[in-house]
Amino acid sequence: MSPIPGPDAAGRIGPAATPQQLLRNFCIIAHIDHGKSTLADRMLQATGVVEARVMRAQYLDRMDIERERGITIKSQAVRMPWEVDGTPYALNMIDTPGHVDFTYEVSRSLAACEGAVLLVDAAQGIEAQTLANLYLALEGDLAVIPVLNKIDLPAAQPDKYAEELAGLIGVEPDEVMRISAKTGEGVEELLDRIVAQVPAPTGDPDAPCRAMIFDSVYDTYRGVVTYVRVVDGALSARDRIAMMSTKATHELLEIGVISPEPVPTTGLGAGEVGYLITGVKDVRQSKVGDTVTAAAAPATEPLAGYSEPKPMVFSGLYPIDGSEYPNLRDALDKLKLNDAALTFEPETSVALGFGFRVGFLGLLHLEIVRERLEREFDLDLISTMPNVEYDVVMEDRTLVRVTNPSEFPGGKLHEIREPIVKATVLLPSDFVGTVMELCQQRRGELRGMDYLSTDRVELRYTLPLAEIVFDFFDALKSRTRGYASLDYEPAGEQVSDLVKVDILLQGEQVDAFSAIVHKDKAYDYGVMMTGKLRTLIPRQQFEVPIQAAIGSRVIARETIRAIRKDVLAKCYGGDISRKRKLLEKQKEGKKRMKTIGRVDVPQEAFIAALSSEAATGKEPKKK
Amino acid sequence: MTPALPDGDPVPPDGALPPGAADGASSRAFGVYVHVPFCRVRCGYCDFTTYTASELGGGADQASYARTAAAEVALARDVLDAAGAPTRPVSTVFFGGGTPTLLPVADLAAILDAVRDAWGLADGAEVTTEANPDSVTAESLAGLAEAGFTRVSFGMQSAVPHVLATLGRTHTPDRVPRAVAWARAAGLRTSVDLIYGTPGESLDDWRRSVRSALATGVDHLSAYALTVEPGTRMGAQMRRGALLEPDPDLQADMYELVDAEASAAGLTWYEISSWAAPGAACRHNLGYWHGDDWWGVGPGAHSHVGGTRWWNAKHPQAYAQALAEGRSPAAGRETLDQDAARTERVMLGVRLREGLPLVGLSPAARRAVAGLVADGLVEGPAAVRATRPSVVLTCRGRLLTDTVVRALLV
Repeated sequence: MSPIPGPDAAGRIGPAATPQQLLRNFCIIAHIDHGKSTLADRMLQATGVVEARVMRAQYLDRMDIERERGITIKSQAVRMPWEVDGTPYALNMIDTPGHVDFTYEVSRSLAACEGAVLLVDAAQGIEAQTLANLYLALEGDLAVIPVLNKIDLPAAQPDKYAEELAGLIGVEPDEVMRISAKTGEGVEELLDRIVAQVPAPTGDPDAPCRAMIFDSVYDTYRGVVTYVRVVDGALSARDRIAMMSTKATHELLEIGVISPEPVPTTGLGAGEVGYLITGVKDVRQSKVGDTVTAAAAPATEPLAGYSEPKPMVFSGLYPIDGSEYPNLRDALDKLKLNDAALTFEPETSVALGFGFRVGFLGLLHLEIVRERLEREFDLDLISTMPNVEYDVVMEDRTLVRVTNPSEFPGGKLHEIREPIVKATVLLPSDFVGTVMELCQQRRGELRGMDYLSTDRVELRYTLPLAEIVFDFFDALKSRTRGYASLDYEPAGEQVSDLVKVDILLQGEQVDAFSAIVHKDKAYDYGVMMTGKLRTLIPRQQFEVPIQAAIGSRVIARETIRAIRKDVLAKCYGGDISRKRKLLEKQKEGKKRMKTIGRVDVPQEAFIAALSSEAATGKEPKKK
Repeated sequence: MTPALPDGDPVPPDGALPPGAADGASSRAFGVYVHVPFCRVRCGYCDFTTYTASELGGGADQASYARTAAAEVALARDVLDAAGAPTRPVSTVFFGGGTPTLLPVADLAAILDAVRDAWGLADGAEVTTEANPDSVTAESLAGLAEAGFTRVSFGMQSAVPHVLATLGRTHTPDRVPRAVAWARAAGLRTSVDLIYGTPGESLDDWRRSVRSALATGVDHLSAYALTVEPGTRMGAQMRRGALLEPDPDLQADMYELVDAEASAAGLTWYEISSWAAPGAACRHNLGYWHGDDWWGVGPGAHSHVGGTRWWNAKHPQAYAQALAEGRSPAAGRETLDQDAARTERVMLGVRLREGLPLVGLSPAARRAVAGLVADGLVEGPAAVRATRPSVVLTCRGRLLTDTVVRALLV
């Protein structure tokens, strides 16, 4: 008998008419590349929701970037029918984001579920982010189903990693399922297991409606599409809804479920997962974590766990061609519609012209936004080195928030506070020494160390966020030959001995290169940046000193020697046209020069100086 | 004569000039340049249009070159007449190359005769040929003087054997003073060319070369910083690291040295790379910098008449074939608009000791002059003994001419 319910059985699990005991809400926790999207695809096929012939790889990942990078940024929820022992069930698969920057969104996705499939690559074992999300799931009392994927790979070590997972969750190794999402092996058994082990929702169907928003997506044609999990009561297509954080009310233009395309329904019952369309145009009006209720009979208490997204990492984004500034503003406005965490405000830089100071959840978020701006809006951008937000307490105890190092206040300071994170690093035990050394260099404090198995270690550190945004991840990867994984979560702030290092060109401050660094690292930064600029800035007709300074104290200095020869020695009849064209070209080039004091600096020099330490510390991409 | 010809507009088959090119021609000097595209060997740094004698055949060979060049001279006369230019006697003729003296004296004389036949030579016309020190004899130089040549410019380059070897030059240093002496004995004015900044050349090497050159008693000296173009043998050697790139700071020291030594020997600068005894400046070259008219004869040669510049087909065979078929050998041309003409006036005029007249500069450029004087790149008004206020470069300014030009082209 097919596990896909027939027409009669399907009638018992219709949207808005399914008893809670026939609902199962689950998510898949997995690291990038561990096969989550492939497993989701296989489930869609196994349940008959998508026919094989229309199956695109990674059906649920909508954006091109996600498809190319093989990662999922935005979660969605798909309703799938599945029959076990003659009883039809409606399974809602909530696709969680897999990256460190989206911890809050992950937490809301998990809060919409009663169970989680912990999916781990049988050749690689669990990664730090997956572990962090697993801890979130365990804290939320979710039923966790451990699954090893890719058992068809020759390099798979299912026994070893089954033991690891069993140890983490507290089950026997033989309870860890072994599947291959690629071949489909074990997928139907997994669906059965979900029905058996994930608890049914237990909300109060008769209480005033409370539904939690776990995702909110801007669609060009429909406006904002809001994904909700109904906890108590029910939502009807005829209801007017209210957002409990803002009290704003909206008419429901459409309500439905995804299976796997949107299907309008008459409503959503307690325990169900689906989408709402209200006609709002900005995801900020429909925030993840907020509680939706019926305007006519509102609930009194919102669901727990709501918080505003808070940018953690800041970077200046500037168009390379200054005339593109209005286009950059329009593009950011458009991205903002779909990205509640994105913040930006205009800023100007002597070196880079007009741009924006943009706040991000983290480095991946920064990279994704930048890439979308360049790809979808065809902008050429330069981004300043990412920095965190500092709280500067002046001597008179007034507080100054600094998101741009060049705005660091002068005068008497009482203290400077910087954000810190709790970081978890998973790594093979061979590399513990070198990683501890790295964390030490980055001002880390060891909080604990555990062996997950005989040769895998979990290191827990408190680190200043600023030390991670620079190039920590790359350093970690290179020290561990790519075997370490990292996760972190905000952990408040600490008072630190920080200074602002300015870079001066012929005595003039070059704002784009100011940096806030720990006192002990100011010299290194100064030497690095002055040295770099010396090689990048062309010689001028006078000597140009490049200095790094803390306040008025110079800590590093380089000199660009004056150019002495800039002349074409021969200019006879046959050289004139060529020489004139060369001059005309140089004249054009001069228009793209930025003048700092009297020093002409080609914009390429700034770009090169900034991009070699680019957002993630990676080499700049060739366009 | 550069390897890569500029992009330009097409030229009609008869070579007809655009309207207006002949306007005001009577107030401009008229010169003829004759390019002789042959060398016995090709030097490692040279990017001119040259061929070793064995490379060419057909109508482009050395033996028939004089006839081919004479055909272009005849065409030139027709084109200028058709444009409505008055017949101007030629005030300067310059044979360059390549190695013009690889041609028999009779061939050079025949080409010069063709010029004479077409327009006549002005009284006191300057007729120069370039020469390699080892491609002349006392007899050949006397023959040139007899044919009407007045001046010879020797490609000396250096007096130091290892520098000559790096440059790929075949003459021995002691050949130069002898050749200069023969030329002077024949009644010719003399000049030598030097190159500085060759990889491996020290400041002392350079001093030796400059002093040797001045000791020959020439009344004119040209000194060029070695510029290595891609597509030359030295360019390739530098790209793969077999030769060091010239050090611009050392080249600046070398320039200052030659300027001081030449001045001490009575040769003063009259153009960035040119020094001469009083009255011995090369008038033909001055025509380039003054924006005069000249006709360039030969493959790859450039011409200028009244704001139109054009250049001939580069390959001697394509060049010869066009003339054989009665077509203009021009490959492309450009007509300068006001902006381009202004740019050229500034970039060429500022190279000269006589200076770039302030009259005609934009107000912004005139304002920039004050800054250039303050920076020590341009002589202050007191130091300039010109009949009209002009921009005259200091020694430091000459080394930074392009910087000055960019400042004046605001």
